[in-house]
Amino acid sequence: MLQITNLHAGIDGKEILRGLDLRVNAGEVHAIMGLNGSGKSTLANVLAGRPRYTVTSGEVLFEGKNLLEMKAEERAREGVFLAMQYPVEIPGVNNIYFLKAALNSIRKHHGLEELDAMDFLQLAREKMKLVELDESFMNRSVNEGFSGGEKKRNEIFQMAVLDPKLAILDETDSGLDIDALRIVADGVNTLQSEKHSVIVITHYQRLLRYLVPDFVHVLHEGRIVKSGGKELAMTLEERGYGWIEEEVAAAQ
Amino acid sequence: MTTILDTTGALQKVVPPQNDAEPQRIATIRQQAAERFSATGLPTAWDEEWKYTSLAPLGRIDWRLSPGSVETADTQGASMRGRAAAELIFVDGHLLRSPSDISGLSGAAGVRLLSLSEALTSSEPAVERWFARLADYQRHPLTALNTALAADGAVLIVDDGEVVDGFVHLLFIGSGSDVMSHPRNLIVAGRNSQLSIVETYIGSGRYFTNSVTEIVASENAVVSHTKLVRESPDAFHIGTTQIHQERSSSVRSHQMSVGGGMVRNEVNVALMGEGASLVLEGLFVLTGREHVDNHTVIDHATPHCDSQELFKGILDQQSRGIFDGLIIVRKDAQKTNSRQVNRNLLLSENAIVDSKPTLEIHADDVKCNHGSTIGQLDEEAIFYLRARGIDEAEARSFLVDAFASEIIDRLPFEPLREWVRRGLFEQMPGRLPERREERP
Ligand SMILES: Nc1ncnc2c1ncn2[C@@H]1O[C@H](COP(=O)(O)OP(=O)(O)O)[C@@H](O)[C@H]1O
Ligand SMILES: [Mg+2]
Repeated sequence: MLQITNLHAGIDGKEILRGLDLRVNAGEVHAIMGLNGSGKSTLANVLAGRPRYTVTSGEVLFEGKNLLEMKAEERAREGVFLAMQYPVEIPGVNNIYFLKAALNSIRKHHGLEELDAMDFLQLAREKMKLVELDESFMNRSVNEGFSGGEKKRNEIFQMAVLDPKLAILDETDSGLDIDALRIVADGVNTLQSEKHSVIVITHYQRLLRYLVPDFVHVLHEGRIVKSGGKELAMTLEERGYGWIEEEVAAAQ
Repeated sequence: MTTILDTTGALQKVVPPQNDAEPQRIATIRQQAAERFSATGLPTAWDEEWKYTSLAPLGRIDWRLSPGSVETADTQGASMRGRAAAELIFVDGHLLRSPSDISGLSGAAGVRLLSLSEALTSSEPAVERWFARLADYQRHPLTALNTALAADGAVLIVDDGEVVDGFVHLLFIGSGSDVMSHPRNLIVAGRNSQLSIVETYIGSGRYFTNSVTEIVASENAVVSHTKLVRESPDAFHIGTTQIHQERSSSVRSHQMSVGGGMVRNEVNVALMGEGASLVLEGLFVLTGREHVDNHTVIDHATPHCDSQELFKGILDQQSRGIFDGLIIVRKDAQKTNSRQVNRNLLLSENAIVDSKPTLEIHADDVKCNHGSTIGQLDEEAIFYLRARGIDEAEARSFLVDAFASEIIDRLPFEPLREWVRRGLFEQMPGRLPERREERP
């Protein structure tokens, strides 16, 4: 589904990703862990097509298509979803009205009929229940005045409605209490299937108890320096990242 | 202001029209106003109140007055007949009789809607009491010009305790060909009364509309006033809203400009009775080379009054917008509560906005604050919307719409909101896909 080869990318002329390789097959859950500043969000934003991030070399194929050539909105329509680390507040833009426009632009892209207000509301209600978001959030502006946890749940709610092929969760678990964490994990697990893949960027092994990864990767200075199964997350939790840095240093 | 503008045009010397039907009192006022204007001429750039807007291009044109009433007019979809309680249509300053409709008001004896020409020759006491008493023609040259030359306009009198359902619509159409008009309106809300009045200004070609609307909110009256401006790109519009508020009255005035070559919205509010409250809001949406100058003065003359002012500007291409707002708190106006905010959104590097909120406070126990911002669309927000599948143009339109909606949503009647939304959409072609439906 996703094939990243030797990706070099950065922001404002500063190189952050330095030759990153990653392959995600349909149906897989990958966790990416790493210290602050190792480039996790950069990877997520580059995949989502955020302006200001520039790719200097390398290739990213999404279902065989060159992802890097697509605009952000085209990537979303093709099925890439980024749950942002810091969801932005957009005063005056209605949370549900905007999401309906988003879903319909995705549906249109796939030659599907647009959902009318009634059908959309029904879908939205169902998904809100899933992430235990109160229906009053429908009438509010996007993320405006939401608590940290509500913003994260709103991201998962949007993901559930848009039903992407590849969901990238950038520290969606940070700052959440255990109940909220479970809700987020449930949301992702509901989405996850043979056809859907998930990249979970996280600092903590905690989330991975509910959302079990097939692979765990360690990102260090813009490269994946170690990959393993779910037990790698446990090891990182117990031993920290020091030993990985040593391994990397020894290899050089 | 003693400079007389070097005009070749008709504004050099003003002679009020001879009208034997008008009482001597009115003729005298007109004569004084004409003399005053002839002495001062148009304001120049030396005048502090006109420093952002040059009237030189206006002064160079040989404006003429329209001789009289016409039979039909192109209302450009701005007529609100059937949706307004009553509607009067004026073309080049003269009342258009047939399509005007006052049927919605009939039956209410305490409510009178007449044309100014009728009112001036009638014995309506409110006209005698208020006409030309509020908008100061000694101080404001364009008010003087209007007072001297006004051919017609609307007079709405609502007696004590009367409530007018819905809104009264006044539609002013400029038909071009270098015609100038000076609509003059007088709105008087009696004690404990309630009314809503809407003025709409549209037109095509090159014309000059110089309107003055005087509004009296008597004790405990509730008045809603909306001015909708969508003049042609070649038009000149100078419109004065003069509001006089007595004790415990409550007034909302909405000044909406969605087009016009040169537009000046001049709003003067005098809070003359304790406990009066005012909401003054404006939206200006400009494109091309349009120029809109919002000039407001709120005068807190008595204690315990409240004024909330918010103007928002959206400027595209090479347009220029101005917010020049003054709040005066007089020495006796203790416990004044006042807020003045201007926010602007620049969609183009070539658009210019001048924002000058000003407080002048002479009392010591007051709560006043003011501020202004000038910014662009939030790129982070645009990315957020795009990352969900919305294309860039639509994402931008969402944000523009959100910015404008704060003002539009508070307009008191749905037809007004619709009209402004349509204007907003037409002002931003390619930027704003038409709103497909209502919000859920
Ligand atoms: N807008 C920016 N401008 C310059 N440097 C940035 C910017 N955003 C992030 N960085 C730098 O890029 C590096 C990687 O950041 P990021 O991808 O956010 O890391 P992570 O998500 O793993 O914590 C850090 O050194 C950070 O300081
Ligand atoms: Mg990060």
